[in-house]
Parts: sequence; C-alpha cells; structure tokens
Amino acid sequence: MVVRRSATFALEVDLSIEPGSTVALLGPNGAGKSTAVSAVSGLLAIDEGKIELARSVLDDPAADVFVPPEERRIGVVFQDYLLFPHLTVLENVAFGLRSRKVANDRARDAAASWLERLGLTGLESLRPGDLSGGQAQRVALARALVTEPDLLLLDEPLAALDVTTRVESRRVLSDHLSGFDGPRLLITHDPTEAFLLADEIQVVEDGIVTQVGSADDIRLRPKTKYAADLAGSNLVAGSTTDGLVETGGHQIHIADHGVSGPVLLTIHPNAISVHRNRPEGSPRNSWATTVDRLESLGDRVRLRTGAPLPLTVEVTSEATDALGLGIGSEVWVAVKATEIGVEPGG
Amino acid sequence: MNGRRAAGRPPLVVVALGGLGLALFLLPLVGLLWRTNWSDLPALLASPVVTDALWLSVIASVSATVIALLLGVPLAWVLARVEFPGRRLVRGLVLLPLVLPPVVGGAALLFALGRRGLVGEPLYEATGLVLPFSTWGVVLATTFVAMPFLVITVEGALRNLDERFEGAAASLGASRWTVLRRVTLPMIAPSVMAGLVLTWARAFGEFGATITFAGNLQGRTQTLPLAVFVALESDRDVAVAISLVMVVVSLAVLVTLRERWWKVL
Repeated sequence: MVVRRSATFALEVDLSIEPGSTVALLGPNGAGKSTAVSAVSGLLAIDEGKIELARSVLDDPAADVFVPPEERRIGVVFQDYLLFPHLTVLENVAFGLRSRKVANDRARDAAASWLERLGLTGLESLRPGDLSGGQAQRVALARALVTEPDLLLLDEPLAALDVTTRVESRRVLSDHLSGFDGPRLLITHDPTEAFLLADEIQVVEDGIVTQVGSADDIRLRPKTKYAADLAGSNLVAGSTTDGLVETGGHQIHIADHGVSGPVLLTIHPNAISVHRNRPEGSPRNSWATTVDRLESLGDRVRLRTGAPLPLTVEVTSEATDALGLGIGSEVWVAVKATEIGVEPGG
Repeated sequence: MNGRRAAGRPPLVVVALGGLGLALFLLPLVGLLWRTNWSDLPALLASPVVTDALWLSVIASVSATVIALLLGVPLAWVLARVEFPGRRLVRGLVLLPLVLPPVVGGAALLFALGRRGLVGEPLYEATGLVLPFSTWGVVLATTFVAMPFLVITVEGALRNLDERFEGAAASLGASRWTVLRRVTLPMIAPSVMAGLVLTWARAFGEFGATITFAGNLQGRTQTLPLAVFVALESDRDVAVAISLVMVVVSLAVLVTLRERWWKVL
C-alpha cells in the first residue's frame, strides 16, 4: 500500500502476514509507522495499493472500495492505550462487543473472563485513571482481543511503560500473542521488542522498507546504517548470581552483583575486542573462539564468532587486515564486564 | 523581619488589591440588604408584580437554555469539526451577541422579526403570529444573547477533545452515532453543563434585548430585571424586594452546582 501524508512524505509498504505469525514494522520515529497503523485500521485511506484481510478487501482505491474502521474486524492496541476515561475497566473492555450489538450481560461476562485471563480480576470497577501503566496496557489488550478480531494490530504497545514494567509486560504480551490465532502486526521502534516478539521484521525508514527478514537476518546482515545500529546488540539469555551469569555452559562476568535470577544481557559489537592471543588487562571476560563468518561493510567489518558463545563483533577493516582475520581464524575475544547491559527477565 | 515567617505570608500588595476587589463585589450586596424593609418583605414578595415577573423570568430563562442546548450543541459541533469556507466569519457572527450591546441586539431582532420586519412580515401575514411584545419574544431575545455562551463552551470542549478516542471507538466497531452517544458527548458533558449554567445565568439577567424587543408588559413580558427598572422610579421597596429575589435565586443556583463543573470554565 502507498499512503501519501504530505507533499514530501509517502509510506510505501508491502507485507503479508500468515495467521499465527507476527510481523513487526520496525523503524525510527517519523519513518511512517503511525501512518501504517492509521491506514490498516481504516482511520486513513490509502492512495495506491490494496489492503486485504481474511479474504475480503478493506481498501482498494483502484476499485473504489473502502471499508470504514468500524466494519473492519481489527483489534488495535494503541500507543497510549486510549482507554475511555469516563468508563470503568469492565465497560472499556466490553465496549467493542456492545458496539457490535451484543447483549449487555453477555458482553460483560466475556469482558470479565478476558480480564481474568490477563490477571486483572478485581479491577473491573476502577477507572483508567486509577490503573498503573502495566495494568492499563493489559486492559487495552483485553479490549482489543475480546471482539475476536481477524487481525491484531499493536502500535508501540510497550512504549509508554517504564523499563521494569516493560520487561514483565513483554512477557505477558508474548504469551497472549502466541495464544492469538490470527495474524499480528506489531509496530515499534524498539529492536528488542521486535526481535523477541516478531517472526518477521520489516525495517522501515523514511516511508520505505529497507530490509525484510527474521531477527537474526537483521541482526547479522543489516543492510542500512540504521539497521546496523539497532541490530547491533547481541542478546544473551542466562541466569545470574552474584555477578556471574550462566549461559548455555559458558560463564560471563557482569558488573552488577545485586541482580540475581534470569537475565537478558546486551553486548554491543563495538564493546568486544578481538585478539590473536590471550589478552592481558582488565577485561574479566575473555575466551578463545573462532571466526565463523565475516562481512565487510566498508570501513567496518562484522564478524560472527562461534562456540562457546556466538557473538557479533564489529572491528575496523584495518584491524581485520592487521590481524589477518578470515573465516576459521582462531582468536581471543574480550568483553569488559562494565560494557554489558543487564536486564532482569528473559 | 524573620525570613522564615515572611516566606509563608502572601505579599501585602496582592492582599490589599484583592481585598479592594472583593469590597467592590460585596458593597452593592451590602447596600441592598441595608435598604431592605424586612417587615414589609413578605407582603411585597407576594404582590402580583413580583410573582408575575418571577414566573416569566424562570420560564424565559429555562426555555432559552433548552433552545440553546438543542440548537447550540449541533452548531458547536459543526464549527469544531467541519471545515468549510468562511468558518471563521461564521464563528465571529455566532459570538457577536456577546459583544453587541443587548439593546442593539433587541433592535436588530425587531427589524428582522417585527410586524413589518424582514421575516416578521411574511410570518404575520401567513400565521398572524406577532413575536414582539409577547412572551415568546422574551424567550427569543434571551436566547439570542445567551446561546453564544453555550456554543463557545461546547466548541472549546470539542476542540480540546482528543479525536483519537473516537478513532479508538471506531476501531472497536462503534458506528458514528454510537461514538457520539457513548464517547464524544459523555466526554464533553462537564463542559456542556458549565455552558448551560452560563447560558441560564445570562438569560436570567437579560434586560436590554428583552425591553427593546418584547417590551415591558406586566404578566406578559416583564421579567424580573425589567420589573426592578420600573419599580425604582415608583416604589423603591418593591425594587429592593425584586432585587433580593434575583440575588437569592442566582446564589442558590450557583452554590448548589458541583464544583467539578466549575473547573471546566
């Protein structure tokens, strides 16, 4: 579809989503993500192309077909949730059903059961203003899901949350996404969200899709600087006690001794140094490994190391030449504990 | 001066000026109460002049408020949501009665709707209906001056309303009518209430347009403000009694209103 927002900006996107899978539109602000949300939900008409859902056409300018938003069976979770402030939580969740002429008590029962599914029992008679960020996000999700839509559209669902709530909410979201049978479209600027929740990622910049692929594709073979930057971080899941993280048979030292339990570590490719021999100095983490893959990006080179812990490493071309690195080269890598980002959860 | 004590006290100049402002408000009220002939008051309040005027004032102000609601809310919606050429001019015209001297408003109504007026003449020929110097004339005149209050309040509320809520409602399957009924109107309800109060208050106190368009006939068009005007020249005690009635009615309405609605003004 193509949507022209102004004389200078147009969004051009081509995607199709299989039932039961999640596609993420990942891009910086201004890339056209909200335009995509408005177009798919029907709040904006497209200029060219076609939108189809469940074998019926929603928007086709060439054939002069446009289905208004209230007739599209799409469940939307909006960025600011947009919970109706003058209605209770239960009434908010029941809203979609009642608008579709479902009887009041049946609507309320369905709403109550969804609230229970999302762990929100007891909050039915509260107003949205009384809810915490995480609770509001789940109410918004319940409200979208209760109408059993054909498509689930999530517009930056975790953006409004603080970091700790976000981790928990991401887990809740992941569970309910996999429980939803239809196709799901996720719009986000957060690469972690996209990598963890989506099966396919389309990177959008300035209204155009610059790359399509799985999380690994984007991470390992970014095609643009933006993708390289956000793809950068290596994500490692593990469990930590007292500054030591166990991950799949390998141990990593982190700076934070206060955290314990499951964690997600982020290590930026630039934070990893490559050596021909065992390095001396302060880095707590160093191990021997081999170069599995190597890709040149002009002045920079991206390496993928192998066992015991595969990592994406970025070094200069000069360094690569100087060290004589190639596929299969045996190297030592070192990571400073202070360079490792730690997030509880995983 | 002890720094700690001085920090908590409001500046002297502000208090002094505020006090002067308050005195300005209270003085006329005090004067009224001082002049009241308390022993004769019950008899005065029961006299036909007063009861007729009170009845007319209530009828006219409430009717004007109802008409303002029925016509003003749709008008406000159009002004807030529909883009059409000349919208700014139309908005100016709607707000004109706020700025125009009420007597001028009344005169203009006369030229348009009087027996030989632009619309009034054909109206009279066709139906025999004469609006000036009739109770309906009072209603019309007060609606003319008071309705802009409702329109401006509601239009402001609609503009401030985040339209994304309506988009969210649509995405949940609500038809345009359902969105209006269950989302838009409830969300602007406090503003509508505040607007209605302002409108009623303005209508209740209207003088100039009423006397110009509807005349000053006891029992037919003589509302409370008009009655006071006449009474001041003939029977001061009656004037005082009527004034007291107006003050009490107004205070009663304003005080019993929930504070929640005032926040919107």
